[in-house]
Amino acid sequence: MEKAKADNFSITERKDFILTKGRQKDQLRCGEDSIAGVVSQRACVYCGARVVLNPVTDAVHLVHGPVGCASYTWDIRGSLSSGSDLYRFSFSTDLKEHDVIFGGEKKLTLAIAELAQKYNPKLIFVYSTCIIGVIGDDLEAVCKAASKKYKVEVIPVQSSGFAGNKSAGYRAACDALLRLIEPKTIEPGFYKEKRKKSINYLGDFNLAGEVWIIKNYLKQIGIDVNVAFTGDSSYEALKKATGASLNIVQCAGSMIYLANKMDELYGIPYLNVSFLGIEDTAGSLRKIAKFFNDLEIMRKTEELIKNEKTKVSAVIQFYRERLTGKKAAIYVGGGFKAISLIKQFKEIGIDVVMIGTQTGRREEYETINDMVDDGTVILDDANPSELEKFMMEKGAHLLVGGVKERPLAYKLGMAFIDHNHDRKHPLSGFVGAVNFAEEVYSTVCSPVWNYVTGTGAAFPAPQRAKII
Amino acid sequence: MLDCTPKEIIERSGGVINPAKTCQPIGAIYAALGIHNCLPHSHGSQGCCSYHRMHLTRHFREPAMATTSSFTEGASVFGGVSNLKTAIKNVFAIYNPDVMAVHTTCLSETIGDDIPSIIKSAEVPEGKLVIHANTPSYQGSHITGFSNMTKGMVNYLAEATLENKKERLNIIPGFINPGDMREIKRIADLMGIKFIMFPDTSGVLDSPMTGQFNMYPRGGARIEDIKDAGNSKLTVALGSYASSDAANLLERKCKVPAVTLNTPIGIKATDNFIMTLRQNFIKEVPYLLEEERGQLVDIMIDTHYHFHGKKVAVFGDPDIIAGLTEFILSLGMLPVYVLTGTPGGTIGGPQGIFEKEITNMLTEAGIEGKVKAAGDLFQLHQWIKNGPVDLLIGNTYGKYIARAEDIPFVRVGFPILDRSMHPYLPVVGYKGAMRLLELISNALLDRVDRDACDEDLELVI
Ligand code: SF4
Ligand code: SF4
Repeated sequence: MEKAKADNFSITERKDFILTKGRQKDQLRCGEDSIAGVVSQRACVYCGARVVLNPVTDAVHLVHGPVGCASYTWDIRGSLSSGSDLYRFSFSTDLKEHDVIFGGEKKLTLAIAELAQKYNPKLIFVYSTCIIGVIGDDLEAVCKAASKKYKVEVIPVQSSGFAGNKSAGYRAACDALLRLIEPKTIEPGFYKEKRKKSINYLGDFNLAGEVWIIKNYLKQIGIDVNVAFTGDSSYEALKKATGASLNIVQCAGSMIYLANKMDELYGIPYLNVSFLGIEDTAGSLRKIAKFFNDLEIMRKTEELIKNEKTKVSAVIQFYRERLTGKKAAIYVGGGFKAISLIKQFKEIGIDVVMIGTQTGRREEYETINDMVDDGTVILDDANPSELEKFMMEKGAHLLVGGVKERPLAYKLGMAFIDHNHDRKHPLSGFVGAVNFAEEVYSTVCSPVWNYVTGTGAAFPAPQRAKII
Repeated sequence: MLDCTPKEIIERSGGVINPAKTCQPIGAIYAALGIHNCLPHSHGSQGCCSYHRMHLTRHFREPAMATTSSFTEGASVFGGVSNLKTAIKNVFAIYNPDVMAVHTTCLSETIGDDIPSIIKSAEVPEGKLVIHANTPSYQGSHITGFSNMTKGMVNYLAEATLENKKERLNIIPGFINPGDMREIKRIADLMGIKFIMFPDTSGVLDSPMTGQFNMYPRGGARIEDIKDAGNSKLTVALGSYASSDAANLLERKCKVPAVTLNTPIGIKATDNFIMTLRQNFIKEVPYLLEEERGQLVDIMIDTHYHFHGKKVAVFGDPDIIAGLTEFILSLGMLPVYVLTGTPGGTIGGPQGIFEKEITNMLTEAGIEGKVKAAGDLFQLHQWIKNGPVDLLIGNTYGKYIARAEDIPFVRVGFPILDRSMHPYLPVVGYKGAMRLLELISNALLDRVDRDACDEDLELVI
């Protein structure tokens, strides 16, 4: 890989974080802190922890800190629930100046007491935010005391925002989940009897009901999902996580740590899977079937894949014909998502010309580098002006990103899809592939782009490549 | 669904459930975006800044730019001095704004970074400016943050350089949408008055599609104008929570007399605004405005029977809901619950101004209602469960209550995350009042149609 030329680039400190795929192999720097004074698109530790734990539906998610951290995360993720709605409420200790000076432990104790009394939950997560790290409240002690007193499991999540980025938050969340999983509560003989064709599904947060789609496929091939981490999960279900004989891991960035731990502690092996795109879905189902080494399961798997593929192929073909030759730019949170997006775009004939992530890991960047064509720009923790520069230079028609990138793309006269938490259709499985194609088509080929050029000199024609 | 709120009211003191406010920095960023060529900067961890930008982007559907000091563990132990210095250097080198508006976060406040002295010792390029405001979120709300940053503009920029004041007005609009700011400017223009509005986010957060991304869109108050605001003869602060602190500071600093008025929502507050302009600048009210007022009253009379006696719950930011409450009363409706998450009085000042002010309005109208500052939506929901209403008015977060209780719902305020158009179409002035009337009556009448059985469905209502 050739480094993108630094001279047309004003932040020299950033040049090692950007690559253009070429001949020589080079390493992209990633996983470091953002530079002070840039418009970073990155989020914090608390954000990461909250994303992972939020879908635990019957828990009280109490944010210990000033009100803002809780306000901004009140029900902003489309994780669906088939049971409790408690997770969609916003609980904050709303610390005031007095608490900052004298410590927030008292207020936290009070808040837990009130919530325990009011909602009678089985589980309370207490998230620490930046300020807690500084004033030094003893979260452990408060939670422990409250657990005892109110007979409810109160688990502290060590997610002070400044102590790293989102990935550190994923880890804090996994640590909290590990405390929940208790093999002690399982009766003898459980492992042998129950641990049969049952798996845990890690790294799916049931956005738009995606967990349900996958559960349904697995059921059709004769495999039960013990519990999903953490989409549409509940206290009781998570407790019994050790009842599964296999963990499958989708979003590796957030869950690989937990998978490794569960392997180490409870001897549950794991497989990496991806249910994004037709080929990945089929491949992952086959992988799972192979693990169980059961002819019946394998037969059913092939049958399912065949049926589902037939169902969707005509539609995919329709979109593929209309989208072939379009170019996409990707800027998403984790490396896993970025990788599967490249494949998804290939399935509908679209080339990826720019790709970046907020928290991608080295191995993931290597995989990305192997997958994309020469000339594709790869970048870590990009800021908006970098995104703009490379999208324009590479003539992208479409950007895939999160909330903050949407208006940026639109201002450039570029189509956009949200592959993050604001998405409204499931993108998993075979039906997800159709939704994905439909969504790309509906934005890339919308007539609104035809009106971008104005009549006066104030609104010159955009520099983007012509669509359609 | 989503109805986890119990009816039985329990006293609480350990924090909030479903907040009706958010933190100071987001208000500071919004205010700073109202200066042309200004880049807001968040002195704290990157997470806060990311959340604030995301939230603003969701409300306005526009890019909201801000930089961050990217605190790490080191900074949180040893202080953020070097982070801010590096940030100042980088911001001007990379993004080249005319002014950088620094605000603090809970974290940097708790650590105790002394921003003014850091700014003084930083390398700020010739001709460029750095201003700042302290915005610890463990005090006040986003409204306080807006007020503090506006105060910062006066503090750093405004100057009295002339002996005689200019025949000109300063308008501090408060935390309202760009479309509202445009409407207020239109009214002042129609009155033929020269004015300076700051902050002014019109043309920034409602900028048109041009096929280009501009870090600094065309709109925003000009720095020269904010400086020259010290030479105006009057400042009108719209909204006592978001605007009066800055106006009062300008009065102390530059001897520009300050008048605080309610945000001109509804007929009475708009009348007040226009009368204040007329008296101070000895201008006639132009026919166009008279006509708009007349049309508004005409519509109010045409439709008043739809509104009379309807019970309403209103929540949101104090300046906005003061205006809304007054307007609702003028329609014959009963605002029985009025709640804001923002604490009552100004910080350090007497508490409970909000509660008193609204309660006075209600008492005057002979209505008994519950009024609360520093409340949360859990509390509002409990009130409604114990005494139902016919209409709910507030920001997007009201949708849970509206659904659980099956109440018609009108979205007004900040943030609105699930509908568009609100940044463009005003709720202030006579035109804005007409729009509110449309929103309210549509919500009420759609409900009548929805609930009517076939034989009761009327063509004309
Ligand atoms: S730490 Fe403070 S400034 Fe940051 S989001 Fe939380 S409340 Fe707001
Ligand atoms: S204070 Fe810390 S935890 Fe809260 S939003 Fe900011 S960075 Fe995240």
